[in-house]
Amino acid sequence: MSESLTEVFAPPESLAAGPMRYCPGCTHGIIHRLVAEVIDELGVRERTVGISPVGCAVFAYDYFEFDVIEAAHGRAPAVATGVKRALPGSFVFTYQGDGDLAAIGTGEIVHAAARGEQISVVFVNNAIFGMTGGQMAPTTLVGQETTTTPGGRNVREAGNPLRVCELLATLDGPSYLARVTVTSPAHVRKAKQALRKSFECQVKGQGFSLVEILSTCPSRWHLLPIDAMAWLEKNMIPHYPLGEFVSRCE
Amino acid sequence: MKGNEALVHGAIAAGCKCYFGYPITPQNEVPEYMSQLLPKAGGVFLQAESELAAINMVYGAAAAGVRAMTSSSSPGISLMQEGISYMAGAELPGVIVNVVRGGSGLGNIAAAQSDYFQAVKGGGHGDYRTPVLAPWSVQEMHDLIRDAFDIADRYRTPVVVLADAVLGQMMEPMTVDDHPIATSPAKPWATNGAHGRPKNIINSLYIDPEELEQVNLRIDARFREATEREVRWEASSTEDADLVLVAYGTGARVSWTAMEMARAAGLRVGLFRPITLGPFPAPALAELASRGRGFLVVELSLGQMVEDVRLAVEGRAPVAFFGRTGGVVPTPAEVFAQIKELV
Repeated sequence: MSESLTEVFAPPESLAAGPMRYCPGCTHGIIHRLVAEVIDELGVRERTVGISPVGCAVFAYDYFEFDVIEAAHGRAPAVATGVKRALPGSFVFTYQGDGDLAAIGTGEIVHAAARGEQISVVFVNNAIFGMTGGQMAPTTLVGQETTTTPGGRNVREAGNPLRVCELLATLDGPSYLARVTVTSPAHVRKAKQALRKSFECQVKGQGFSLVEILSTCPSRWHLLPIDAMAWLEKNMIPHYPLGEFVSRCE
Repeated sequence: MKGNEALVHGAIAAGCKCYFGYPITPQNEVPEYMSQLLPKAGGVFLQAESELAAINMVYGAAAAGVRAMTSSSSPGISLMQEGISYMAGAELPGVIVNVVRGGSGLGNIAAAQSDYFQAVKGGGHGDYRTPVLAPWSVQEMHDLIRDAFDIADRYRTPVVVLADAVLGQMMEPMTVDDHPIATSPAKPWATNGAHGRPKNIINSLYIDPEELEQVNLRIDARFREATEREVRWEASSTEDADLVLVAYGTGARVSWTAMEMARAAGLRVGLFRPITLGPFPAPALAELASRGRGFLVVELSLGQMVEDVRLAVEGRAPVAFFGRTGGVVPTPAEVFAQIKELV
């Protein structure tokens, strides 16, 4: 019987079998899947080196089915630079959260972008430190309650949230910068298109790219998964507008 | 040739393929020569945005399976400790050269040996030690780099080359060996693309304490093996010596002259020079101590290696100390004065 069946849908080869240990409603799972699908479609799995961050996605090396290096907090762009310079023919991407990329790792991401380093960056912005228990992140919105901003983020004491794409767009180095989200099937499709552009940019040797993905953290936001999606659309998108900020890849 | 330049030639001869660094005096000739010479030798030079980035670039290149190194001086090496700890935990080979300057803090740019503890005892967090090689001449600034890369690859560990401002800046004649450029051994664990093999993971995260204990024991077993096989020292005129000077690097150069002054004055003084500070040549010192020798440890610090000498000697012989700190290099006359008080 099996001979008469045609396989029309299968898990990506770049995604490992087995469960992920993310919280219910967390969008890391969707993003992992999109990354794996694009790598499969570009046929670069066997020359891919992923760099996983410190944060909830620290176990990304368990979920992907290609070589992965675990980096120190914030240092993924430097580690990726080392790999790419040593092996120019490899496909190298970092997978980083907002604490990792926009707080402790601001130096590394800004300079990798300024150099036009031939790497791709998947930047997952959920406006909170997830793994450590819900503390304020550099991207936490004004007024947003976290365990270290109990009365809501107060600009006078805790400063303003950082818009990473807009910041990096002031540089000459990046070839592609986009902000997307994954709160609906339509958004998921657009997110995949952005990842594909970013990854193709590197495969063609056209420089540094970053895709920022607005993401949910139902556990630390203390919201049901469906409510977290709505909260993201209502509160995050107005502050972090979606779209392409730089598109210099052919 | 200047010590810092010799180091660059030694690294290229050792098959170093990637250098990442950040300017800091007194080692700036290293990135400058690297930027000229390494690309011509088919390697990669990149000036990083910080020492943090530099050591993490080394981490990435090492994970990719190539011979990679960085160099810096004391304050910069402090910034690299995070990355060195991660390299140790992830079992990644690489070479870190510290052209030590006066400290603490910003200190100064003069020669010092005040980073001994940091280099030998593991300056980063965690339960690890790094092999440490201590050159004492421009020739050794060249030669020990190859040994450093070999040890790094053999034991899958970061290796520190502990020099100082005098060794980096002074010029001496040097012989360049005509060995062919060394190649990196096969590294089946490297993350260089899972082409026709299962995926490789480079990682230092082990949530289960029992598992992390096993990893730490495995890494420690390699260091113990290195202690058996790699420990190196040089003993001069110790056979009949009543007093043995113990010193490394520039401290050993000063002590050598002091020893000659003492011998000329009819005093039986020898010199024991550790070349590997980690693993420390404790058994050789213990053997000297068992023959009733007294020791005078000379350092460009307030006394750091002296603790390891005392641990090696275990009270079997007196161990005195003389050092200058803050970038002051002790003179042979000062050391000779100490010798005369002891013999």
